[in-house]
Parts: sequence; C-alpha cells; structure tokens
Amino acid sequence: MIRILSTARTEFRIALRNRWVAIALILMAVFSLVLSLAGSAPTGGLGVDRLSVTVASLTSLSVYLIPLLALLMSFDAIAGETERGTLSLLLTYPIARWQILLGKLLAHLAILTLAVLLGHGLAAAVAIATDESSLAGLPALVRLSWSSVLLGATFLGAGYALSSLSRRPSGAAGLAIGLWLGLVVLYDLALLTAIVADGGGWFTTDAFPIALLANPADAFRLFNLTASGATAAAAGVGGAADAIPLWHSLTSVLLWPLAALALAAAAFRKVIP
Amino acid sequence: MTSTLTISTLTKRFGEVAALTGVSLSVAPGERVALLGHNGAGKSTLMKIILGLIPATSGAVTICDAAPGSAAARRAVAYLPENAAFHPALTGLEQIRHYLALRGESPALAMPLLEKVGLAQAARRRIGTYSKGMRQRVGLAQALIGHPRLLVLDEPTSGLDPVSRREFYTLLDDLAAHGASILLSSHALTEVEARTDRIVILSKGRLVAEGSLPDLRRRADLPVMLHVTARNGYAPDIARALPGAIMVGGALHLTCPQSQKLETLGRIADLGDKVADLEVLPPSLEDLYSHFSQWAAQ
Ligand SMILES: Nc1ncnc2c1ncn2[C@@H]1O[C@H](COP(=O)(O)OP(=O)(O)OP(=O)(O)O)[C@@H](O)[C@H]1O
Ligand SMILES: [Mg+2]
Repeated sequence: MIRILSTARTEFRIALRNRWVAIALILMAVFSLVLSLAGSAPTGGLGVDRLSVTVASLTSLSVYLIPLLALLMSFDAIAGETERGTLSLLLTYPIARWQILLGKLLAHLAILTLAVLLGHGLAAAVAIATDESSLAGLPALVRLSWSSVLLGATFLGAGYALSSLSRRPSGAAGLAIGLWLGLVVLYDLALLTAIVADGGGWFTTDAFPIALLANPADAFRLFNLTASGATAAAAGVGGAADAIPLWHSLTSVLLWPLAALALAAAAFRKVIP
Repeated sequence: MTSTLTISTLTKRFGEVAALTGVSLSVAPGERVALLGHNGAGKSTLMKIILGLIPATSGAVTICDAAPGSAAARRAVAYLPENAAFHPALTGLEQIRHYLALRGESPALAMPLLEKVGLAQAARRRIGTYSKGMRQRVGLAQALIGHPRLLVLDEPTSGLDPVSRREFYTLLDDLAAHGASILLSSHALTEVEARTDRIVILSKGRLVAEGSLPDLRRRADLPVMLHVTARNGYAPDIARALPGAIMVGGALHLTCPQSQKLETLGRIADLGDKVADLEVLPPSLEDLYSHFSQWAAQ
C-alpha cells in the first residue's frame, strides 16, 4: 500500500511539473464555463432548468474531452519509462507491476477528478446563480461527474495498454490518437451510416444497441442521457437509442474501467525493459 | 556458508546473436567480484538476467535460494544500471525518498544517503539539471538502500572523478565487510585490481577466466619484467651476466618466465654491489586481460 501511494505521489508531482494538471484543469474549466454560459441563453420554453440543459451539453463535450485528456496523460506512462531507461531499475524494486500501474492510475485519476469537479462546480455555480430552479439538475450533474471519472479510468487503462504495447512514446502517441479518433469520432459515424443504409432492419433493432454498449464513450453518453430522460431530445446516435434500458448502459459504464485496466495489466506484464 | 548467487551453464541468445554461452559462476557472501570483458562481451546481459529483467534461453540462476525477479530475490538485490537514468522533473531527494518507500524503508533516510554519496548540496535540485557524475551518484545512493545481500553494479564508476571512485570503493568495502556480495563490471582495470577479491573475464559471451589476481597470474604464466639499474660503469658487466637484457634509458630491461623468476633474481643478487636498484614488474591486469581474451578467441 505504501508502495502504491508513493508511486501515486511521485506521478502526481511529475504531472504537476509537466503542466498536465494545469492543462486538464484549465481545459475543463474553460469548456464548462463556456457551455454553461451558452446553455443558459435559450432556456425557458422547454420547461427544463438551466443546469439540466448545461448537463446535456457537458455530456456531449465530455465524450470527446475526457478520453482525450486521459489518453494524453497515459500514453507516455510505460513507453516513456522504457525509453528514458528508468523502467529497468524500477522493475528490480520489490513492487509488483500491477502496483506500479495502480499508483500511476491513482495519480492520473486524481488529476482528472479534480478537473471534472472544477469544471462541473463552475457550471453548477453559473446555472444556479442565474436560475433558482437549477437545483433540480444537480443529481444529473453528480451522475455526470462520477461517470466521467469512470470514463477517464477506462481511457487511462487503454492508454497504459497502448503505452506497454509500443516501445516508443511517439508510437504510443500515434496509437492513442488513433484510438481516440476510432472510438469517439469514426465509430459513431460508422454506426449512423449503417443505420441509414439498414433502413430499420435487423441492424437497427439488434446489432445497434450492442454496438453502442460495446463502446465505452457511447455507453457513457447513453447512460447519462437515459438517466436524465433526455434521449428523445438529443440528436444523433444518442437519440436513436431510447429503447435500451438504463441498467444496460450502467453495466457497461461500470465494467469498462475494469476491462481496460485488466488489459493494461496484461500488456504491461509482457513488457521487457 | 552457501553462496548468495549461483549461475550454472547460462545461455542467452538474441535471435542470431549468442550473448552468453554456458556461463557458470557463484558469488559467496561478502565477496567482491569484478566482471571484465570487451564491449558486447555480455556483461550487462548477464546482470539483467540475474535481476530477472530478461529471461535466459537456458541454464539456471538462483539468488539467495530464490529465482531471479521473484519478490524474494528483488528484496535481496540492489541494482545500478549502466547509464542510470531518472525522471528529470524530480529532485534527487524526491527520487531517493520514493525508492526508500518502495523498499519499505523510512523516507527520512534519504538525506543521510545523499550525504553519503556527496549530493547533499544538490538534493533539492531537479535531476534534469545534474551532471553525469551526479546522476551516477543518485544511482549509487539508491543501490545502498536497505541491506541488500547482493549488489549488481553495471559500470558503477563510469563518470565519477578519481576521488569519488576511491570513496565509492570504500563504501563497497564497508558493505562487503557486513556480508553483502558485490558483482560489478568495469573497464577501469587498475581500480578493479586493487579493490576486488575475484575477477571474472568474459569474452564473446563465454567465461574465459576466473580467479583471484595471483591465481590468474599463475595460470596465464606471462613473463615477469625486471628493471635493473647498474651502478656507475657496471652496466656492460651486468649485461654480460644477464643474457637477453636490453638497455633502455640507463636501465637494463629483462623478461623471464614465471618459473625462472627466482633463479634470475638469484643471479642478479650475485652481482652484489654492481646493482644500484632492482624493480620486479608482474604482468598487469591489462596484460592478463588481453592474454585471456586473445587465448579465448583462438
Ligand atoms: N535487447 C537486445 N537485442 C539484441 N541483442 C542484444 C540485446 N541486448 C544485448 N544484445 C547483444 O548482446 C551482446 C552483449 O551485450 P551486452 O550489453 O551484454 O554487452 P556488455 O558486455 O555490457 O558491453 P559494454 O561493455 O559495451 O557495456 C551484444 O552483442 C549485444 O549486441
Ligand atoms: Mg554493458
């Protein structure tokens, strides 16, 4: 336990000095503020409070931003140590490989959590200051916060796995960007194309829900939209999936971090410094 | 006492490259063993296998009755990699505190350790600003953590100035006196000569010689060099009495096989007053080293 905590403390310190902490906090704060200020303009007619509107747009933003931040923080974690030559010494210490990963995860997850809390806190403050009824949107915001942290954990795990698989940080960075583009951008485009081509057939009814749940980013969006009953209002892929029960997306949101971290541990075990 | 480290018929191949072939070696508690060999001889590879960082192709290694890389072995072994590297954003103090925590020791011991290797002044500066020798000292400091039963040091004195080298070997003597075994590699033969108990020479991945320095001298049977300085005017007399001697800058240089050393010395002693001074130069470690390396190459 002391070993894991010491690793986490050291990694946090390194992230602090590499400006990752500052970058994550500023990005989340700026985007959340922009969205909450923009989201409070056209409200009224919908019968929804301002915070709920903000939460809906924050959800769409988080699908892109959280995986990106997580991958940026994690792609260097193993490949960087291999290239610097620090990994061979570290692996001769009496600390298990999963403990090293867990230490790094704690540090990176702490940074993501801080960024999410800061961003969401600012959004809540703006919404509540301008609209008293916004308190009704708080549960949705809390749900968005913890599911964002879980989404971050999933992509941190994926980043560690990619970092273990590639020998160089540059290779790991390439893989990380590829993964982000693939899962967050291209995946949805491919699904939409398939649905349009399918015209309400087997793909739309049977394969599509599974495809959504199989992607951690889509499951995250689906979970937050379903839980706040906003799927009907949401456009795009989220809007096409109001038939999927909440517990399905919840299970996916909960299981993905575990799966990604198990993958990372398996990949890291194979690394020869 | 049983040995701290036992290696038997160890072989390592990297694809086509045979980095190590049939190496057997054991190191006893408190013993200081130097690993010598040309670039690419397999010294670092041998060390990495001992530490469990890379798997052996065949053969067996045991460290304090444990397998390389096992939790028990890692607790017992300290390592200093060649070209020790650390995260440039951390200070020396932070880095050593972290390593102490990883070994289950109190982080408060960090400052005394850094003082021991002469880094107290720079302890709170980032390692990114350190010189090569200073980084090497951080590496030494981390290898001294706890009470390792075996220290595996890959070129520990590279980058250190002469005074620091002396201090470093004094630290090692201290550890060895308390029962720690030390396996170190080096290209600085003269310092190894005086400061280790046993020498192991690797050549192209094979162990070609092993033993104490006197041992190796006897086995190599290299000629001894004698320098005789004559008293004024007696040089021709001496040259006549010692066939084969050649005049080099006022002294007579003479080589003779080990087996005839005493006999030759006797003849010189018989010359009595005519000899002003006599120097006996045994083959140096450099000579032994090239002898064994070349002998293996044939
Ligand atoms: N990861 C690797 N992949 C392929 N070949 C390797 C690898 N590591 C070492 N070798 C080869 O194994 C041989 C032994 O290398 P090693 O690093 O052990 O030499 P060394 O004795 O430490 O040399 P030096 O004195 O230069 O440090 C060399 O031929 C080297 O090219
Ligand atoms: Mg080497």
